[in-house]
Amino acid sequence: MTPDARQIVFENVSKFYGEVLGVNKVSFTLQPGITSLVGPNGSGKTTLMNLMTGLIRPSQGAIYVLGLTPQQPIEFFRHVGYCTQFDSFPTGTTGYDFIYWPLRLHGFAHDQAAKLTDEALQRAGMAQVARRKVAGYSKGMRQRIRLAQAIAHHPCVLVLDEPLNGLDPMARAESIALFEAIARQGMHVMISSHILEEVDRISDRVVLMSSGYVVAEGQIREVRREVRDHPMQILVRCSNAARLAAAAFELDHVVEAKILNDGQGVLVRTRDAEQFYLLLNKIVSGGLVEVDAVAPADDDVDSIYQYLIGSDGGPA
Amino acid sequence: MSAQDLVARAQKWATEQPWRLYGSQISILVRNELRRNLFTRRRIGIYLLAWVPVLIILTHVIFDRNQPAGPAQIETDTQVLAGIVQLYYFRLGIFFACMAIFTWLFRGEMVERTLHYQFLVPVRREVLVVGKFLAGSVVAIVLFETAVLACFYVMYSRFGSTGKSYVFGGPGLGQLGSYLLVTALACIGYGAVFLALSLLFKNPIVPGVVIMGWETIAAIFPDWAQMLTVTFYLKHLCPVSLPLSGPLAIFTIVAEPVPPFVAVLGLLLLSITILALSCFLIHRMEITYTAE
Repeated sequence: MTPDARQIVFENVSKFYGEVLGVNKVSFTLQPGITSLVGPNGSGKTTLMNLMTGLIRPSQGAIYVLGLTPQQPIEFFRHVGYCTQFDSFPTGTTGYDFIYWPLRLHGFAHDQAAKLTDEALQRAGMAQVARRKVAGYSKGMRQRIRLAQAIAHHPCVLVLDEPLNGLDPMARAESIALFEAIARQGMHVMISSHILEEVDRISDRVVLMSSGYVVAEGQIREVRREVRDHPMQILVRCSNAARLAAAAFELDHVVEAKILNDGQGVLVRTRDAEQFYLLLNKIVSGGLVEVDAVAPADDDVDSIYQYLIGSDGGPA
Repeated sequence: MSAQDLVARAQKWATEQPWRLYGSQISILVRNELRRNLFTRRRIGIYLLAWVPVLIILTHVIFDRNQPAGPAQIETDTQVLAGIVQLYYFRLGIFFACMAIFTWLFRGEMVERTLHYQFLVPVRREVLVVGKFLAGSVVAIVLFETAVLACFYVMYSRFGSTGKSYVFGGPGLGQLGSYLLVTALACIGYGAVFLALSLLFKNPIVPGVVIMGWETIAAIFPDWAQMLTVTFYLKHLCPVSLPLSGPLAIFTIVAEPVPPFVAVLGLLLLSITILALSCFLIHRMEITYTAE
């Protein structure tokens, strides 16, 4: 198979550390946009990112990023930026040098490298403290300077391992806005995070991991649809909630219909959301109920993750 | 595949390589390493290893300044200097300094958890090996060349005009040139060995001691085995021979003299072979800091 020059492809990738499993038989293809890797500690997120960037080698399988592999470092790392989770820096380095010298290794001349360094520092909000030694930075500043280094050369693929760790709410919002801006330019952004609400909000797709396995992968709604055996919750704000609840109960796939405390809506748990929406349309068009709002109540990564993996991180 | 095909493929490969980029990357890597590692507190032990003989000779000169300083004394001091260079610098000083400098180039970055930065830039790992090796070589060569030069100056300066004529009118300057050449070669040879060891072993100290043992006892083995040591090439380039002494002297097989250019080329070839091994090893290296 010829790897696509726009995709990230994992082909049956496994990694074992001796007898310890890192990741096992991982296969998926990612299109440009924001992809989130979600899973508890030890589920294999960092291993997957390290494999993708060549910091470790797969025990079997192959990985292509835009049709390239890390064995072609000159081409590969011109297109890929990786902000790792390792919170360590070369001794005595300043924020500026930390970004400037890798750019020189890219082949940029002094002027270009200096310009790109200033730009990256601005984008990461680190321009004011760039001449200070990194050793004196706070955790959030260290996180941002690593992010600045990863984006400095304008990569097409940005890999971010827990990039929001240690950031204050303002910096977190700015970083998220930056990721979204990068993704809007048609680039790949791969993020691992434990902060599920933020991942949920910004992701185009998710890869859910547990104990080294990919347990689900795709757009959040697609993944949710795959979880057919777990009822989906739909919140309907409406008048005449009792009438709607009664109609819903007549459907086989509805397992629960609970009238809200304020009496102004129903929380429905169904195994077939599409059938329920058809019923809802019928009721509304019949004028029996006036609907103010309809929204999936558990169509987020957190819920899906809990269904698939369970709260303890083991398979549900 | 015929030899012609092989040559054609090698030529194609060579023309496709971005040599100018490699050159600038190596120059940046060397500059960065020197900036980070040349003048640091961690290096104090290495400076001491290089400069202790200078201090000893200086002390000797100060305390024996009233002793007669004639031609006979110059001969004696020339032997002493030969002993310092061959027995101290080549066997101990340069050996241990290179162990500290070159094993730290990669292993140190593993310990400090910063090696991944080097692996995440568009630099071939072979280029990284060459850049770091050159940086280590510059540090070791500058340090030990200046120390040997200082030893030489302190040793002969006390003889006044006699010393001056020995150095500039006699064999002194040639000896100095040889010592500086051999010192540089020793740094390169031991540097290549320790760089490779640091990529082979998590703790290169134990294999380093084994290498030291091998370098010491190889003298009792035939020529072909001695050619696998750095000392073999160095001793053929030393301008002043030391008399064999000690228990090993009984077993020592005196190797056939080797022309200087063969010794220089031999050592460089050995170093390049070991560096090629390092380039192979670096491709197998993975970032697993937790295993360190």
